[in-house]
Amino acid sequence: MEYYVRRIYKAFNGEILAVPGRAIGAAGIVLLFLLGAFEISPYVKDILIFSSIFALFAASWDFLFFSGQLNLGHGAFFGASAYTSAILSAKFGLPVWLTIPMGAITGVIIGVAVAVPALRLRGPYLAIVTLAVPVILQGLVFVFPSVTGGELGLFSLPGIAESSTFVYYFCLVLMLVCVWVMWKLTDTNSRTVRTGIIFHALSEDEISARTSGINTVRYKVLAFAVSGFFAGIAGGLYAHTMKVVGPSTLEFLFSIYPLIWTIFGGSRTIYGPVVGAYLLYFLSMELLVIVPEIRMTLFTAVIVGMILFMPEGFTRWFRDKIEIRCPRCKIINPVRRRSCRVCGTPLHGTMDYAIDRKKEIAL
Amino acid sequence: MVRPEKEEDLLQVLISGIVIGTVYAVLALGFSLIWGAARIVNMAYTSFYMAAAYLFYVFYSLVHLNIFVSAALAVMAASLIGVAMYKFLLEPIRAHETVVILVSIVMAFFFEECVLSIFGTTFRSVPPFVSGYREVFGVRVLNQHFLALLVSIVLIIGLWLFLSRSRTGIAIRATSQDREIVNVMGISEKRVSLIAISIGIGFVCVSSVIITPIYVVEPLMWMHPIIMVLAIVVLGGLGSLKGSFVAAYILAFSEVAVVNWIPMGSFIKSAIALLVMVIVLSKRPEGMFGTLFEDERL
Repeated sequence: MEYYVRRIYKAFNGEILAVPGRAIGAAGIVLLFLLGAFEISPYVKDILIFSSIFALFAASWDFLFFSGQLNLGHGAFFGASAYTSAILSAKFGLPVWLTIPMGAITGVIIGVAVAVPALRLRGPYLAIVTLAVPVILQGLVFVFPSVTGGELGLFSLPGIAESSTFVYYFCLVLMLVCVWVMWKLTDTNSRTVRTGIIFHALSEDEISARTSGINTVRYKVLAFAVSGFFAGIAGGLYAHTMKVVGPSTLEFLFSIYPLIWTIFGGSRTIYGPVVGAYLLYFLSMELLVIVPEIRMTLFTAVIVGMILFMPEGFTRWFRDKIEIRCPRCKIINPVRRRSCRVCGTPLHGTMDYAIDRKKEIAL
Repeated sequence: MVRPEKEEDLLQVLISGIVIGTVYAVLALGFSLIWGAARIVNMAYTSFYMAAAYLFYVFYSLVHLNIFVSAALAVMAASLIGVAMYKFLLEPIRAHETVVILVSIVMAFFFEECVLSIFGTTFRSVPPFVSGYREVFGVRVLNQHFLALLVSIVLIIGLWLFLSRSRTGIAIRATSQDREIVNVMGISEKRVSLIAISIGIGFVCVSSVIITPIYVVEPLMWMHPIIMVLAIVVLGGLGSLKGSFVAAYILAFSEVAVVNWIPMGSFIKSAIALLVMVIVLSKRPEGMFGTLFEDERL
């Protein structure tokens, strides 16, 4: 028993606390858990709930982007799932624990349906075909107003639970679990899960991947299905926390938001979009309260500035500032260390190391 | 809605389809030119359509200038904004395709927000250059529609002559075929891109001042055109001007037919047009006239 405790403690020390990026991430998660326990204003709590939903949404976009598919119609997965959950609970009276999974399944179905034309398309062609999907679905919503509520949408849907604290933890935990699953699925260094390296190969060079014996069709469909599944979960959560589902979920802007959050946070990282969604959604909502007139102007200024100064995204820029990879053993070190924490190799060039040694000897 | 006679209905669809198709063709040709020469997907493209319309409104209704002077000024000012945006925002990041898409989308929303905060959500209108209508085979057609058709045809023929005859035009076509070789041949690829961008944005501004008198001027007016333009350009094959031209008519006719013949058609007109695009693309992934470069040098 004691052995295991010590082992976990050691792993925690060596794997999380020693790497500044992971330590900050862990601190952020702890902070989010603590925030739910404290009495904060319901408005801020609502914003945080939506932040976690949108973080999942953005991460599912990034999952698709990781496998090289630029999706400009991600709102289709989200909106279709939100509508499915809403229709099932409003028209058929199904409970929430059933409608959210059904929404996720709808997300998978839409994902596979989009994947069929996407198999042959790439680059800008793919982007524009995917952009068409939510518009087509929005057309469907307007054609059947008796089912979908038409322009007004479906409202007064049942919530996930009465207490907002429970909803907060439910969304947060679900988001963290889903993001963790996606993160593991895209882990290129993993020895057990092959999808990470395969998706990476797909995004780098599809033809080479195919010649190496990878069934690219299967993995592309898989990427769309997984992304649709998680976007669908986000959509179902949204339907039951917002309690209103309207055609706005299928709008162009809604498909663009995950893109903005992801590029801001750092694309192809999975955790980047989560950071981006939390920062930007919170930021835009707070700015909305303080200066509503120039909200979007500030928002655009922030984004354009970010892209021009840190095109790799916020998280990567930040990690580059605080972390350095050991040139010999590839272990991540804090940037202020002079030598690697595992193998002792000098991190910042040999000259510095030599000077360092001289000082030591002199002392 | 009482339906008119079947034959008249068909004529109505035909005539509106031709007019709208020609306007779409001009918009799509400009976009195609920008993609071909500069390799950027400029999502803020129709923001200049909106900018030109609003500037036209300002110059005509607020400053009280002559209608032709204000139209010319609006076109010039809006094009200048567009070219400046390319020069200062898009050119530095042109190598990153997705980032270009993102920045231009963000800029499009920025323009929308600017217009919203200056003019509010009120619907405005700009005056037509020519008033009245005339009957063609028993269908009423606004004179402004005829003007739009005429100007668009002049623009298209002018562009065709420019691209096929002049040295600059040939340089633009060469750039859209192979940027590296163009640089080797001593053509400044940067300068050619700038010229192509200016022409493309000029096209969208001109078509804006001739077509917006028929519609309303509002902060969301850029949204529908950009989706249609993207659909047209992709359907025709990115960078293929002939493809854009043909696809513009296909999508315009499908849109007009849906609006006229299907109940609730105006809600789903873009949905049907985009469905047509998706179906064609799933049969021919490179668009109707496009060529698929397996490994394009950029």
